[in-house]
Amino acid sequence: MPQVTFKVWRGNKDAGEFKDYQTDITEGMVVLDAVHQIQAENAPDLACRWNCKAGKCGSCSAEVNGNPKLMCMTRMEDLPTDQPVTIEPMQAFPLIRDLVCDVSWNYEVKKKIKPFKPRKPDNADGTWNMVQEDVDRVQEFRKCIECFLCQDVCHVLRDHHKHEEFIGPRFFIHNAQLEMHPLDTEDRLGDLKDENGLGYCNITKCCTKVCPEHITITDNAIIPLKERIVDEYYDPIKKLFKMFKPKK
Amino acid sequence: MREFKTHEYDVLVIGAGGAGLRAAIEAAGSGVSCGLICKSLLGKAHTVMAEGGMAAALANVDDRDGWSTHFADTMRGGQYLNNWRMAELHAKEAPDRVNELEAWGAVMDRTKDGKILQRNFGGHKYPRLAHVGDRTGLEMIRTLQDHGIHQGIDVHMEVTIIDLLKDGDRVVGAFAYEREHGRFVLYKAKAIVMATGGIGRAFKITSNSWEYTGDGHSLAYNAGADLVDMEFIQFHPTGMVWPPSVRGILVTEGVRGEGGILTNSEGRRFMFDDIPDAYTSSTSDNEEEGWRYVTGDKSARRPPELLTRDHVARCIVREVKEGRGSPHGGVFLDIAWIKEHIKDAEAHIKKKLPSMYHQFKELAGLDITKEPMEIGPTTHYVMGGIKVDSDTQMSTIPGLFAAGECAAGLHGANRLGGNSLSDLVVFGKRAGEYASKYAKENSAGSVNNDQVQQIAAWAEAPFDRGDKAENPFTIQSDLQVMMQDKVGIVRDEKELGEALEALEGFKARAEHAAADVNRDFNPGWHTALDLRCLLTVSEASARSALARNESRGAHTRIDHPDKSDEEAKVNNVVRKGPDGQMQLERVPIPPIREDLAQIIEENK
Repeated sequence: MPQVTFKVWRGNKDAGEFKDYQTDITEGMVVLDAVHQIQAENAPDLACRWNCKAGKCGSCSAEVNGNPKLMCMTRMEDLPTDQPVTIEPMQAFPLIRDLVCDVSWNYEVKKKIKPFKPRKPDNADGTWNMVQEDVDRVQEFRKCIECFLCQDVCHVLRDHHKHEEFIGPRFFIHNAQLEMHPLDTEDRLGDLKDENGLGYCNITKCCTKVCPEHITITDNAIIPLKERIVDEYYDPIKKLFKMFKPKK
Repeated sequence: MREFKTHEYDVLVIGAGGAGLRAAIEAAGSGVSCGLICKSLLGKAHTVMAEGGMAAALANVDDRDGWSTHFADTMRGGQYLNNWRMAELHAKEAPDRVNELEAWGAVMDRTKDGKILQRNFGGHKYPRLAHVGDRTGLEMIRTLQDHGIHQGIDVHMEVTIIDLLKDGDRVVGAFAYEREHGRFVLYKAKAIVMATGGIGRAFKITSNSWEYTGDGHSLAYNAGADLVDMEFIQFHPTGMVWPPSVRGILVTEGVRGEGGILTNSEGRRFMFDDIPDAYTSSTSDNEEEGWRYVTGDKSARRPPELLTRDHVARCIVREVKEGRGSPHGGVFLDIAWIKEHIKDAEAHIKKKLPSMYHQFKELAGLDITKEPMEIGPTTHYVMGGIKVDSDTQMSTIPGLFAAGECAAGLHGANRLGGNSLSDLVVFGKRAGEYASKYAKENSAGSVNNDQVQQIAAWAEAPFDRGDKAENPFTIQSDLQVMMQDKVGIVRDEKELGEALEALEGFKARAEHAAADVNRDFNPGWHTALDLRCLLTVSEASARSALARNESRGAHTRIDHPDKSDEEAKVNNVVRKGPDGQMQLERVPIPPIREDLAQIIEENK
């Protein structure tokens, strides 16, 4: 493959622009390789995050030709190279510099979610029994690598900036894996309804589409959580029972 | 005088992978204040890359297993250079640490009766690796992270430590910069735990990320600590070799644990051709028996693909060298072949090795359920590191502790797969416990402000290199090529000597490594500063490799192809001499406790 032009976002929170860089593309290269090459050849101060380079750590999230992607898993062969390839940072978070944004909000959100609280151990040695069928769904959610691409693409965060009232798909997944964990005894439905803004999600499934781990975020996590909330808080018969239940 | 922020803790943990997180959880839980330094974002450390599993003699799959067998396997795998007390503690405590992860929310794969499932791995006599498909490291780090954030630990993300500070003999703090704006930060601490991982970025072909520049090794060395066993660098036999941009990315040993076989260009399973003496009684000599082993037949012996990593890597190098390699300079690793034996092989492979399936599908355009992979050795892990007390994990510097990959002792000359994740939590916990104890027993030391100002000036220097400025990426890349060539899988005296000479040149070049623009999240600047650590660990490895005149475990000398009885009695230790030069000392291995020697004998 020949030289390819990249339009890379350069700048900080105050100002920035796309800058053009040319670099040689060889067989099998991914976008992150191109960014590293540009860094080494032309722009040593070009800021970008990365770690594993194998789709396992979720550090190198960015928007390639407008699509939220892990740069390490986006092959140059899959992109049209007769026109410039644009690379820009995620849009749902404040920019730090170039391709790096401030994702600290995500860490604060997670801290507020009630942690795992297991039931008493099943066995005398302090262990539990769980069968594989009961953990398959939870394991799907636990594949999440926290790349935050689902957060980036979610219009509630990206366009409406509801960061104060809405925790985003990543943390619905996190809630779902806790709520569906066979050992967990905590109840997070009230928080999901009142504090975490689950109701804002109108199931456009954008998050599911961009997930590099192919987690079916909407169908397997968000919709079941919404159903549980309906069952818990809006089921008329249950409501009736609740009225007569002695207060704890 | 430069201004900078100061934080003060009882215990400061440097590094936030499995060992660092576990140490921080332990320290915070014991009632001391604890700060945790992440070089990257929390949850992104290299532990996330671990695939195959975590070794612990839970005996859930094979009830013949127990701590003594695990101990004997670890010692045999390490060719008896291990710190035997650490191997004992590790084997005894690993099961509790695995169960503890489950209590904190980890969801590992299950046996039919609902227990934690365990899989086969190289060098482990019984199926011993607790796992989640092939993403066990992610499960570990996320579990520790999600538990840790509720323990009152102060987490500092994207902070790089550039020097340790001492008051007399003991360590009292660390000096750092934060990536976002390049501002300096001072951390005062009564005790420090190093948990910075490995040194893989010193080599060209590596499974390690940019972070793996030997920071903990180098910081401890420069503060006067001993490093031990630095010649032992594990080249994992199976890294990707094609396409070029993914060369070195890890392919889990779990592929072989699930029945994957290694073949050469002639289609021959070459691992049957060379089975080391120590393993002949436990290794099958035919394909049929090997298959029975991976499918759980307790009377069968393991296939030769599950020999230890050092040996498998050497066999692959031999095949390639003798012209029987794959088109891109590796050999073939085939898991698709199991369809000859099981009906729903495709679904089985995707379930057991999901991330390998995706990795090859997405990065190499190859379907591992249908075609063999091309693989070759990749720099993976350093057995050597900071010399620590086996029980407390304290280094030779009072107040400085170490755990995980940057500490040494457990693995000897070669680490068994799966013994790393268990190492992290067993000794992470111990380091946190004893660091906290040390902090309670000692008052805060005092930090020398002149020293701090000097370090700051050193860190700012890359912005002011003048005419001789050199691109730090070029220096790093040249260093990686040199180390790969001369201190790689196969070594000899001449090349190691050349490496040491070349390193002097690199030290001079590093003085000119330049940065530009400003200190805001500037990778060029970070790379320039990381060079110092890379050069320290490169020299430590080359010197130790030159001193070991034999081939043992991961250390292969073509000029000394055999094991030597004399060399079997010593560990190589390097430390900074009074003249600032690196000194090497050959330290006798203390005689093993009688009961442990007995266990080794019984398991031979």
